[in-house]
Amino acid sequence: MMFGGYLNTFLFGIYPYLALATLVVGSLIRFDREPYTWKSDSSQMLRKRRLRLGSNLFHYGVLVVVIGHFVGFLAPDWAVRWALDPAVHQLVAMLAGGVAGLIAIIGLSILLHRRLGDPRIRRNSRKWDIAIVLMLWLQLALGLLTVPLSAQHMDGAMFEVMTSYVKGIVTFQGGAADLLLGTPMIYRLHILLGFTLFLVSPFTRMIHIWSGMGALAYIARPYQLVRTRRSLAR
Amino acid sequence: MKIRAQIAMVLNLDKCIGCHTCSVTCKNVWTSRQGMEYAWFNNVETKPGIGYPKDWENQARWRGGWKRKRNGKLVPKQGGKWAILANIFANPNLPEIDDYYEPFTFDYEHLQTAPELPAAPVARPLSLVSGRTMDKIEWGPNWEEILGGEFAKRSQDYNFDAVQKDIYGQFENTFMMYLPRLCEHCLNPTCVASCPSGSIYKREEDGIVLIDQDKCRGWRMCVSGCPYKKIYYNWNTGKAEKCIFCYPRIEAGQPTVCSETCVGRIRYLGVLLYDADGIESAAATEDVKDLYAAQLALFLDPNDPQVQAQARADGVPEAWLDAAKRSPAYKMAVEWKIAFPLHPEYRTLPMVWYVPPLSPIQSHANAGAIGMAGELPDIRSLRIPVKYLANLLTAGDEAPVIAALERMLAMRAFYRSRQLGMGENCEVLDQVGLSLSEVEEMHRYLAIANYEDRFVIPTAHREEAENAYALRGDCGFSFGNGCDSGEPKSSLFGGKMGRRKLTPVRMLEE
Repeated sequence: MMFGGYLNTFLFGIYPYLALATLVVGSLIRFDREPYTWKSDSSQMLRKRRLRLGSNLFHYGVLVVVIGHFVGFLAPDWAVRWALDPAVHQLVAMLAGGVAGLIAIIGLSILLHRRLGDPRIRRNSRKWDIAIVLMLWLQLALGLLTVPLSAQHMDGAMFEVMTSYVKGIVTFQGGAADLLLGTPMIYRLHILLGFTLFLVSPFTRMIHIWSGMGALAYIARPYQLVRTRRSLAR
Repeated sequence: MKIRAQIAMVLNLDKCIGCHTCSVTCKNVWTSRQGMEYAWFNNVETKPGIGYPKDWENQARWRGGWKRKRNGKLVPKQGGKWAILANIFANPNLPEIDDYYEPFTFDYEHLQTAPELPAAPVARPLSLVSGRTMDKIEWGPNWEEILGGEFAKRSQDYNFDAVQKDIYGQFENTFMMYLPRLCEHCLNPTCVASCPSGSIYKREEDGIVLIDQDKCRGWRMCVSGCPYKKIYYNWNTGKAEKCIFCYPRIEAGQPTVCSETCVGRIRYLGVLLYDADGIESAAATEDVKDLYAAQLALFLDPNDPQVQAQARADGVPEAWLDAAKRSPAYKMAVEWKIAFPLHPEYRTLPMVWYVPPLSPIQSHANAGAIGMAGELPDIRSLRIPVKYLANLLTAGDEAPVIAALERMLAMRAFYRSRQLGMGENCEVLDQVGLSLSEVEEMHRYLAIANYEDRFVIPTAHREEAENAYALRGDCGFSFGNGCDSGEPKSSLFGGKMGRRKLTPVRMLEE
């Protein structure tokens, strides 16, 4: 059994921490040492066509999906239980996540086709630009595949297992990985690829997600910015 | 009142010969790199024409500059902060590279390596973006040079607003002028306001607007925010770049490369003192035709002791106050009122100003019935329609443009009669309100244009702001991280991780 025993412990108990540590430390080092490479790396200038549709669908879809994951899995029990029992919670997650995931994967398919099919974009893509799009596409597909799987057991039990696992990882519970023993392969592949995306982020254009969050500071700042070098002189 | 100083530029279009020396020297120094082939920090357009990038003046299409809301507040025309953030994934107002032109080279190697052929080998164009052969070059950086292309296309020029343009398509009535363009280093820049990362800023000491390359995240909002389309997205590095007003030269007291190399000696650089507290209300002036006057009112008299005292209090160095008194920009814009901002209706308060060009008297007028207005020929019989110049320089208000052109004509008439020994024609000066000393100074600045009159640039005191000792042996101006080119060959985090291929200059087998 591939994921049995200590392989399971490594992949779902230890690997997540390696991935998250790499994400944090890698991002910090890159931000500090290579600020010139820190960018969203847009290709819109080279080809407008299809980018607007694809990029908006993907980004807005994936924003809902990611925020949904964070809120759905990490919200403390007392904050959720009074409103939703696990079965309803699962239904909400399936519906909202399913719709948003579908929107995201449609957008990403457009972007993938554009990246591989357009000679201008293809020529100016790094290997990682293509790899990351393929990984994201696969991750969305796996995530969407869990929806029909979950539909077979609407009692919310599997949903509880997943929630306990994620909370277990976040709160450093040693045995969290064991919770996944015997769960369907699709869930586990989804989790594995998810942490792998965290792992590779600092080495790819994915770091622009940090800047996307940072851009929210724009709302609070004045329109005009003036810098002076006189401060030292005064 | 908060007084700041800026090195402003004035271009005397009356003397521009459209040689493109400014563009080429600028290109060689700053933008001769992959990703920036299509970008010209300085370019010279032949007007009338749609310009570079295509149709840039049409803000109904590109949505650059500011919009005045009913309550008198300004928001970027492309949208307020929330709208800009909502469009961050795909900027709906971003030009495509084809709106500038697809950068190209030619397959020169084929000329060397072609086998024996019945016809002479041809160097076909190759795209520098996709590396493929191009069937035909459709557009270039200066496609409309000297009225190239058909009038129907060029007449889309935005400045033909309220001009009966059809008659100017006829050969006998046609007219043209050159318009060199660079970043305007505005007092109220929309690029700065549009940047979600806060990477663009105006320097307090000299007013130069720069992009912090380490802070730019490539969101591209500045490209659409700038109504002059003078911010360029480097498609190789994923960062926005713009004219830097050759700040390393300016700091050392030298003119910008475009100004230094201008063979027509049309460019002037000098200090303007302005009231920084008045910028917001001046830019929000209700009627666009009043924007020119509102901006003019921001410029302060460097000879006024009160202004000097306040400027000193606000940290303007003594050398800058001295330079401000000798500033050619102040003389041309404020004293003689012969220089104007480019498209003040964008509400950015641009700081590169233009002296409108005189043009020949139209032939039909010349044939007999020249309209004379006193001692001077009627400005309206000039070949370039005044309305066209006014649309370009004063948001359509003709009066200031007419006054400037009359002053320039008067200077010529006065000097013609003086140098032909026909006496001092002071009536012509009275007609345009110039004194003898003023016209002599105007003549020295406009006609003689000595180097030391054109460029009055006080040096920056960098040593007061930085520990110069730590800078010794350091790299000068460079892209990227310090002495690093910013494109490390083998860094884990580097820009060249997947080894982005340089577009090979050779024909592909197809």
